Formats: sequence, structure tokens, C-alpha cells
Amino acid sequence: MMDFGFTINKSSRIDLDRFDKAGFDKLAKIEPDVRKCIACGSCTASCSAGQFHRTSVRSAILSIQNAKENEAVELLKGCMLCGKCQMTCPRGINIRHLILSILKFYGTK
Amino acid sequence: MNILASYSSIDPVSSQEFIDRIPSGYSNFVIPFVAGMLFILTYLLIGFIRVLHHVPWPDRKKFLISLITPVTIVKNIKDMVLDCLIHVKIWKRKPLLGYMHSSIAFGWFMLIVLGHIEVALFVPRHLGSISGGGLFYPIFYRFFVWVNPDHETMRGNLLFFLMDFFLLYVLSGIGLALFKRVKSIALGMKHTTKPSIPDRIGLYCLWLIFPLRLLAESFTADLSGGSFLTRPMNMMFKSFFGNSLNIMPTWWAYSIVLGIFFFVMPFTRYMHIVTEVLLIMFRNAGLKVRKPRKGFAEAEIYACSSCGLCIDACPMNVQRKNLKFSSVYFIRFLRRHNNKRINDIAQKCLMCGKCLALCPVGIDSPAIRQAQRATLMNSLPYDYGYLSSRPAMSGTYPKVMYFAGCMSHLSPGIIKSMRIILKSAGIDYVFADEDGGICCGRPLMLAGRNDAASEVMKANKEMIENSGCKVLVLTCPICYKVFKEEYDLKGIKIVHHTQLLDDLIARGRIKVSKDGRPIVYHDPCDLGRGSKIYEEPRRVLAAVGELKRASKERDESICCGGSLGSLSLDHKDRGAVTEGSVASLMSGGPEEIATACPLCLRTLGEKSPVPVKDIAQIVCEHLR
Repeated sequence: MMDFGFTINKSSRIDLDRFDKAGFDKLAKIEPDVRKCIACGSCTASCSAGQFHRTSVRSAILSIQNAKENEAVELLKGCMLCGKCQMTCPRGINIRHLILSILKFYGTK
Repeated sequence: MNILASYSSIDPVSSQEFIDRIPSGYSNFVIPFVAGMLFILTYLLIGFIRVLHHVPWPDRKKFLISLITPVTIVKNIKDMVLDCLIHVKIWKRKPLLGYMHSSIAFGWFMLIVLGHIEVALFVPRHLGSISGGGLFYPIFYRFFVWVNPDHETMRGNLLFFLMDFFLLYVLSGIGLALFKRVKSIALGMKHTTKPSIPDRIGLYCLWLIFPLRLLAESFTADLSGGSFLTRPMNMMFKSFFGNSLNIMPTWWAYSIVLGIFFFVMPFTRYMHIVTEVLLIMFRNAGLKVRKPRKGFAEAEIYACSSCGLCIDACPMNVQRKNLKFSSVYFIRFLRRHNNKRINDIAQKCLMCGKCLALCPVGIDSPAIRQAQRATLMNSLPYDYGYLSSRPAMSGTYPKVMYFAGCMSHLSPGIIKSMRIILKSAGIDYVFADEDGGICCGRPLMLAGRNDAASEVMKANKEMIENSGCKVLVLTCPICYKVFKEEYDLKGIKIVHHTQLLDDLIARGRIKVSKDGRPIVYHDPCDLGRGSKIYEEPRRVLAAVGELKRASKERDESICCGGSLGSLSLDHKDRGAVTEGSVASLMSGGPEEIATACPLCLRTLGEKSPVPVKDIAQIVCEHLR
């Protein structure tokens, strides 16, 4: 391929038609706190794993809502469950359980 | 059947032997007892083989070797006497409850032992001694063996006295047990377990066994002999009834109740009577929980006496709705294989370990919970590829390494204080995770993700060993516990900062000023119950202020509520736990709460009316 000195980003198109609402409701039943997130990003800012590898609960929740469940799992695979995010969350979300639930629900199929 | 007929059918005692007891033959009333006894013995034998079969071979080998190791044998016997018979652990915390249980357990044990001694002493050729041979062993001694009127001697009076004495001892315990059902708080228990239906049957049988024994032995006391309890009762009954016709019904009732007790035993909490013996041997052999329901864990599950001491112990039970998440119910559901409830309870627990600390049997239910979590969580995907791409530690470093850990980084005040203290003590150190490190792995282990945890631990271990340090200082008890127990760092001394501060003050490496500020110390779970460090932090605080006591402290300390052990406990319920913990800490009227865990620091700080500080911060304030 010809090198123009730049590349085109992968499409970030969001297709809400593909959003699995029933699945999300099931997740919300396992961990109701998933609905509490205000996407402030405190979790991402404090993340121990995040210093080395893109890890973000905030983005993972948004990814699920944007029908990109696999992306959500990838965002959480590096998590070491240290719990700093939970301490900084202004909404008191039970984040560690949420991460485990997302990994279980979308990551083991 | 007429008792007199059975008595008269006995052959005269052989003349060549002088005996003052006459053993009689067989009576139908023993059938329920014998059937029950055969059933329970068969059940126990099969159960024992099953449990042993489920223990993996290396552990089984350890167990078999322990059976012939003198040190373990002595320890086994000591633990069995102290825990199974005398119940020292209950005595220490709740004397009345200790008396209640040991009177029943030790009393019954003594009745059985003395009964066998009587048989051994007074029944010649006690197996098959009746003319015509046949297998005969007079378990119901007082019915089958009685005083020979022609040769009545004083022999055996001491045994008669002891038998009556221990029967009275057991009966006093039964009386207390009955009272406990009405008012448990009088014996020191706020909540007791709700018994299941089989438990109830077993319980009522147990209550009946000893009063019936008293009645039965009293009715035969004029024939078989008795002492201060049974003889007067015999005379009293005689004056009431005027005949001996009540002998058979009472012995039948006694035997039937014993029979029922043995038949229901496998399905009740009374399995703990025998299983605790096995558990003690397994534990002393050094076995660990590997699966949540099989092998060692099964021995633990059946050793649970369902006493419910863990209900009052659990910090979640400040809210009534959480009572059903106590260890006792966790184990009950494990026995019933109720998977949904098992997982619910396993994930809710804070893993503070207080139920284990207070358990009279010493059942490690947190370990079973962790194993149960692993069945669900160990298979979750993870990707720690980034661990190997971190910049490696190379070059030469000082001998002391400080590892703050994730949580300490959320409370930089601790790190800052540690830096000042280390500097003033003149300690040259390397700050391993100054720019942020990785987790210690314990949170992953607590969640049951053992494979993931081992990767994280491997990375940390490499980092520490490559640095060539000799002392590893930690400000977080979660890190401390896992570094100490799981990392196997050879030649490296692992110290928590409370130990370091204590040592520095004792050796005069740092000088601190003392004021009269009342301080209370909160024992973090992983430092206190988890690592048995109670004295060092208290000595440090006593050197800088006036140490106050909390209403629950040391191994009874209440979890702060922030524990990483719980997976599913939500923020609101955690808050309730924190309030309970703060209330206990504030009982002595302190002006400051000290703790030695960054997680406790943050959690308690949310609800405490007074400032909460880490022990390092307090020492730093008092540096001279």
C-alpha cells in the first residue's frame, strides 16, 4: 500500500440497532449499579492497570450501550481488581462486581 | 414382657468365681438402640472413606504420615480433649455457654467411659459371658447387671457415685440448653441459628435422652445399685407407684430415643460430634481447602455444629436482612447442595475472618467461600500482557524496598509520612512503585481468580527479587498478607509499617513526643486476624498518645466495611457495616481513630465524627 504518511482510523460508527437490550437488562439484574454510572471517568483516572494498558470501566459501560460488547471485555481484561476505582467512584458503584459480571456475562460464551 | 420373668431366667453365677454383680441376658428393648448404633457406625465408616477418597493424594499422604508423627499425635490428642470435650474456646469468650456445652459433651463422654469401666470391672468375660455364649455386652449396665444380694459388697460405690454425678452434670447442661432456647442472650448469644427440621428432631431427642436415663436408672436403682441421685428417686417412685412395672417402659423409651437420635444424626448438626475429631486430625496434618464441597471442605462442613456464634460475629449483621448470609447458613446450604444460595452467600461475604476467629470448631469458612468463588470466577478471561512490557528494575538498589501498593497511592498522606519517617531514621530505601505499580494479587485471589492472581504475583516477585533487596516494607495489610503467605520470597524480610515503626521507636532510631491525645486503634482484618499483628501498632500509639479501647477489638474487631473481600455487597450496606465499626471504636471517647490500612482509613473516614489517620501519619506528627 502506498504510504501517505497517515492512516485512516478504524470506523467508530455506532449502530444502536445492534444494542442487546435484553442482555443489558440481564446484566443490570446481576449488578444494578451499572445504571448508576455518570461516565465521570474517576475509575479510569485512578486505575492501576490503566497506566500500562488501556483499561476503563467508564468506556466499557459505554461500549456495551453502544453494542460493542467485545470491546468492553477487552477494556476490562487487564483489570487486577485492586479496587481503587471503587474507592474513587462518586456514585458508590460496586465496580469490582460490575467488572466481574461483565467479564462473566460477555466474556465467557 | 415382664421384667421379673427376665430376671428369673438367669442362670446362677458360676461358683468358681466370686462376683458381686449378676449379668442377665437379653431384652428386646435394646433393639432400637442397637439398630441406631449399627446404622450410624456404618454411615460414619462409609462417610470417612468417601471424604478420604476425595482428598487429593499428596494431602492424603500428609494425613497418613501425620497419624504416625509423634508431635502431631500429641497435638491431636490435646486439641481433641480441649476442643471436643472441654470446649476451652467457648469457655474463654462465654463461660456460661462453655459450661452448657462442656457439661453435655464431657459429661456424656464420662458416662460412656465410666460405663465401660464398670463393665470391665464387674462383668467377668464380658463378651459372651452369659451361659450358652453368644455375643453380649451390657451397654445398658444398670438394666442387665445388678447387685448380687448374697454377696453385696461396697465395691463399685465410687463408680455409682461418679455415674450419678456426671448424669447430674449433663442434666444441668440440658437445663441450661432449654433455657437458652427461651432466652439466648442470657448465655451471651444475641442471635441463634434457626434449626432445620432434622435438627429439631435431633435436639428434642438430645433433651430427652438424659432425663429418660435418669428415670430408667432410678427405677432399677434398688436392683442395680445407685447413688445420691438415683437411689432417693427410686425410693420416691416406690412410694408413688408401689411396684416395678415402670421399669420396662422407661428403658424402652430411653433406648428408642437413643435409636432415633442415631438415625437422624447424619442429617443434623450433631454430625459435628464425630466429624470434629476428623477435622482436627486433618487440620493438624496441614491440609487446606481445595474444593468447596469435597475432601477437607466436606469434613469442615460436617464439623459445623450450627451453634450460630458466627451470626453475632458477622459485621454485616448490623442489618437484620443480612442474618441469612452468616457462615452457619452458608455451610447449611453447602450440605444441601443449594447452589444458588451458596453462590449468593459466598460472594456477599467481606472475608474479614471474624467468624473463623470466633468459631469454636475453627471452621475456615472464608477459605471455603474463596474456593466456591473460584468455581465461578477462575475461568473469566484476563490479559496481563502488559506486565512483561513494564520497565524492569535494573542496577543496584538499597537493601530496603518500600512497596506502597494500590490503596496507599489513593492516600498519599501515608506515603508522605513514610518518606519523612524513613528519612529521619536514616534508612536508605528504594520506592518500588513510586510511579504506580501493579496490584499485589490478593484482590484477585479473594475473588477466586487464582490463575490471574498467579500471573500478577509472578511479575511482582521477579521485580522484588531482581532489585536484590533484603527488607520489604509495606503500608497495606492486604499486600502484607499476600506477600508473606503466597510469594515465597526467600531471604527477604517482609515487614508491615506498624512493625517497622515499633522497631524504630524501640531502638531509638526515631524519637517521638508523647501527648495526652486519646487515640483508639482499629485492627484491620488482614493485619489483625489475618496476620496476628496486634501488639506492635498498640505499642507505637501508646508511645505517642493515650491509647483508648474499642468495645470490640483485636480478633473481635469489626471490619471497616470497605473490604475487598466482598464482591456483591453494595455501597449502602457497606456504609451500615462502617457505622457499626465506628460505633465500636468511638465507645471509649477517643479524639482520633488510628488505623494501619489505607482502605480502612478511607472507609472509616467517610463515617467517623473524629479524624481518622494512619499510624504513620500520627507518628510523623509526633516526630521530634
